[in-house]
Amino acid sequence: MSTQTGVDAAGRAPVAARTLRTDRWWLQPAITVAVFVAFIIYSTIRAFANTAYYAAPYISPFYSPCLATNCIPGTGELHLVGSWWQLSPALLVLVFPLGFRFTCYYYRKAYFRSFWLSPPACAVPEPHRSYSGETRFPLIVNNAHRYFFYAGLVLNVILTYDAILGFRDAQGHWGHMGLGTLVLLTNATLLWLYSLSCHSCRHIVGGRLKHFSKHPVRYRAWTFVSRLNPRHMQFAWVSLVWVALTDAYVALVASGTFTDPRFF
Amino acid sequence: MSYDAHLRVWRGDAEGGELVDFTVEVNEGEVVLDIIHRLQATQAPDLAVRWNCKAGKCGSCSAEVNGRPRLMCMTRMNTFAAGEPISITPMRAFPVIRDLVTDVSFNYTKARAVPAFSPPPDLAPGEYRMSQVDVERSQEFRKCIECFLCQDTCHVVRDHEENKPAFAGPRFLMRIAELDMHPLDALDRKRQAQDDFGLGMCNITKCCTEVCPEHIKITDNALIPMKERVVDRKYDPLVWLGSKILRRS
Amino acid sequence: MSDLERHSYDIVVIGAGGAGLRAAIEAREHGLRTAIICKSLFGKAHTVMAEGGIAASMGNVNSKDSWQVHFRDTLRGGKFLNNPRMAELHAKEAPQRVWELETYGALFDRTPDGRISQRNFGGHEYPRLAHVGDRTGLELIRTLQQKIVSLQQDDERELGDAQARLRVFSELTVTELLKDGDAIAGAFGYWRESGRFVQFEAPAVVLATGGIGKSFKVTSNSWEYTGDGHALALRAGATLINMEFVQFHPTGMVWPPSVKGILVTESVRGDGGVLRNSEGKRFMFEYVPEVFRAQYAASEAEADRWYDDPENNLRPPELLPRDEVARAINSEVKAGRGSPHGGVFLDVSTRLPADEIRRRLPSMYHQFKELADVDITAEPMEVGPTAHYVMGGVEVDADTAACVVPGLFAAGEVAGGMHGSNRLGGNSLSDLLVFGRRAGAGAAAYVEGLGERRPTSREQDVRAAEQDALAPFRPPGEDGSVENPYTVHTDLQQVMNDLVGIIRREGEIVEALERLGLLRERARRAGVEGHRQFNPGWHLALDLRNMLDVSQCVARAALERRESRGGHTREDHPAMDPTWRGVNLVCAQDSPGGPISLRRQPVPTIHPDLLALFDRAELAKYLTPQELA
Repeated sequence: MSTQTGVDAAGRAPVAARTLRTDRWWLQPAITVAVFVAFIIYSTIRAFANTAYYAAPYISPFYSPCLATNCIPGTGELHLVGSWWQLSPALLVLVFPLGFRFTCYYYRKAYFRSFWLSPPACAVPEPHRSYSGETRFPLIVNNAHRYFFYAGLVLNVILTYDAILGFRDAQGHWGHMGLGTLVLLTNATLLWLYSLSCHSCRHIVGGRLKHFSKHPVRYRAWTFVSRLNPRHMQFAWVSLVWVALTDAYVALVASGTFTDPRFF
Repeated sequence: MSYDAHLRVWRGDAEGGELVDFTVEVNEGEVVLDIIHRLQATQAPDLAVRWNCKAGKCGSCSAEVNGRPRLMCMTRMNTFAAGEPISITPMRAFPVIRDLVTDVSFNYTKARAVPAFSPPPDLAPGEYRMSQVDVERSQEFRKCIECFLCQDTCHVVRDHEENKPAFAGPRFLMRIAELDMHPLDALDRKRQAQDDFGLGMCNITKCCTEVCPEHIKITDNALIPMKERVVDRKYDPLVWLGSKILRRS
Repeated sequence: MSDLERHSYDIVVIGAGGAGLRAAIEAREHGLRTAIICKSLFGKAHTVMAEGGIAASMGNVNSKDSWQVHFRDTLRGGKFLNNPRMAELHAKEAPQRVWELETYGALFDRTPDGRISQRNFGGHEYPRLAHVGDRTGLELIRTLQQKIVSLQQDDERELGDAQARLRVFSELTVTELLKDGDAIAGAFGYWRESGRFVQFEAPAVVLATGGIGKSFKVTSNSWEYTGDGHALALRAGATLINMEFVQFHPTGMVWPPSVKGILVTESVRGDGGVLRNSEGKRFMFEYVPEVFRAQYAASEAEADRWYDDPENNLRPPELLPRDEVARAINSEVKAGRGSPHGGVFLDVSTRLPADEIRRRLPSMYHQFKELADVDITAEPMEVGPTAHYVMGGVEVDADTAACVVPGLFAAGEVAGGMHGSNRLGGNSLSDLLVFGRRAGAGAAAYVEGLGERRPTSREQDVRAAEQDALAPFRPPGEDGSVENPYTVHTDLQQVMNDLVGIIRREGEIVEALERLGLLRERARRAGVEGHRQFNPGWHLALDLRNMLDVSQCVARAALERRESRGGHTREDHPAMDPTWRGVNLVCAQDSPGGPISLRRQPVPTIHPDLLALFDRAELAKYLTPQELA
């Protein structure tokens, strides 16, 4: 249902059809919803599962860093949260990447279009009577994206560290590499690409400057990020899917369903 | 190579109107505007349409073809199947005047609200020095041909007439970004962008970028950088604290 | 007359392109209440189509450049028929006008030291064109538009009304100038949107309406270029000069039909593009005229070396002046060696790597890709001459832009004299700025000089203008025949294109004049359907009269000038004749509604100091022995 304030507002050219678009404009939002819902279901189950997230030397990215004392031994000593925490330790960590992605400029486009239908596609009327965008709580919180970006950087360092630990074997000796190592490395790389192509990152490294010519180093950094930035959407999708696949891989190995092939 | 196309052209005025069916000859290589001109010359001499250069440089012939905001002069007929009916309507975010012509004065009102370029007062003509790397960002935005397709497609005003007073639209938020990035502009335009021109209403769904015939990356290069600059000024406690401390020292 | 809307201003500027906006800014800065009238929306003027740049001898790239060199280039380009005072003022003031744009917010491309970058262009001795990529015209129009807005913001702050001293009337067409005796008293027109009539009371009118290209079938000009200002001036008693000189750009698109005439920039040839006929031959070598033999390569090998080493090789003949190249293409097509769609091949695909083409010619790459489905990195373009610019226009005083009619001023393409018989690329944008400003100042001085005694228009003139404007709604047609204005327009374009086009012959021009007479009759019977609200058929019917008046001047002058020079080529008089060098042909309508007359008038003499900028051998090619002595 369209509203009287939109394309049907007084004075505008009235057209009976809701939209005259003849292409499959609904396909893109439909795919977005399908993938997001699948990810949300999977990640919720896995986050609460509190099991099969560590198969030495691999730790699932959902559970790293493991901050509670109820973590499986071997998953790190950084127990910032005491023994009172009884739930899945994943919940302590996941809030940061989720916040980073929820406030991300690309994901905002994706969910505003496909979940909130505001608008579902260009020039297709949205179903809402009123609209205030990101001017009020809660959506004004999206302006805090850069803080989630900083947190995301910390997590990237930790997940990179985890991937490097994948070069040790289950006993802690260096000189090992398995398929899991490759999975974790790819995961860390994709997360770096996603983070570094972020719009806030682009602003922070140099975009905020008025005179690039006075800051040659930051200009080069900005130019680098600007080259990655147009692919932010692709990095967002690929890294999202890969994080889930990484977790699934660790789960399969940890549960003994699958044996990690060892390269050396 | 010529064939007859089935056109559905919106005809009417502020009082009302409807899609009217026409059958018009189409020849090889023609664009939608050619077909509209043939319609004028042969069947509907009083069909109202705006156009000027017919080369995608002036931004006059904005309309909606099959529901998508487009320049008629840059929409080739061979992008449609020969038998497929093609609908052509005026831009739907603005009041219609007649047929394909709309009242775009909203845009000129907004243009007049954006504070003008404000150079340093002591700089004489001929003494301006700017580096190419410093002007490039604003130059991209100055490619704008003011076809107002971004304004037309932006759901903030397209779907909500009541937002028009508070929201300048992508074209003029981009103009603010252009001035904010101008190496010699002396005004600070960040609070203004958020408080007076409604940057916070933008939910970056990128339709403006999608329809831009000049392929300006409006969202990525103007709106989001401007949002980030607003965060610096309004929402980032660290930047705020830093600027306070630096100013004191 | 309840239907009539009345406004009173100090100065009315007709036209909102570069010249009109610059004139309005100047008038407003003199404190005068100024109206800007534009036929289309504000900011859509034809100026946006200019690609190359603004010629101004700032010397940012080569410090040897000076106004004297620019003046010399301009006179050579115009084959010494230019109004020398205009060319002098233009060369002297262009740099100031460009720098001024920066204070309005323009962002030109920069040199490494941060100044305005300047590029090479045909006919300019040094890199001289200030530019923004290949969209300089857009930058110019947007900058002036934004300056107007900023002046309106000042007025808003100061007077509480943004439109107190500067108001833009967009989508309003002026159909008649109003007079009080000899002097201008205002203008009459209609809103395109509503069809409502408007009367402006104003002691001064600045014409800045641009050119006449829409009288030709193949043109790079937009629909607005119907010669309104030329015709308004003519009917108001002003004089037009040099109307025989129409510049045909050699390379316009010829296919598909929808884009026929759209410009293919000169830079394509500058960057290595070559012209070939259907036999694959680089035919330009056959067409180097005797006077240019010493400056152009005779073999392909030498021509190809020039791109890398211009110091030691002669330039390729593809880079001859526009008129020479246009004539050559025309001859090839006539000889049956044209491309499938009636042009010749312009090929850059075999000359440069694909990436390089995309980098150097981005807008041409997209233009052909999007409009013609041609990938210029892989196949040749088809090009042919296209009507581009009219050198002729309203005769004006160089310093004040005043016409012979008191209170009437003209600047930009509608004014004549500045470019002589042929305009150099880049000189039009600077012309707009220099003489736009001078017209604004000239009009302001005239209005200030009037004091309280302002001319007033007569009620019966307004009523007559109304009746004329309404004529297409009740065409006379005793036999009941009504003409379709679109058909008349198409026929007019065909006549001008075929008979008074790029190559002219006496017999054909005579025939054109006869046909123009018949077309005038048909135009009188042009009738339209519907009502006055945004009715394009009506608008065209009214524009037809202007196009016919102007076309007649072009044809009359073309018949009279029995030589070939710049934008006027007579097959029956192929040589340039020094005795004609000193002659301006003046077109006038001596009584309102009366016949159009043509008379000869001497070209203003060149000041000896300026003549001294040339060497005698060169002058001997242009001037008569008496003038040289």
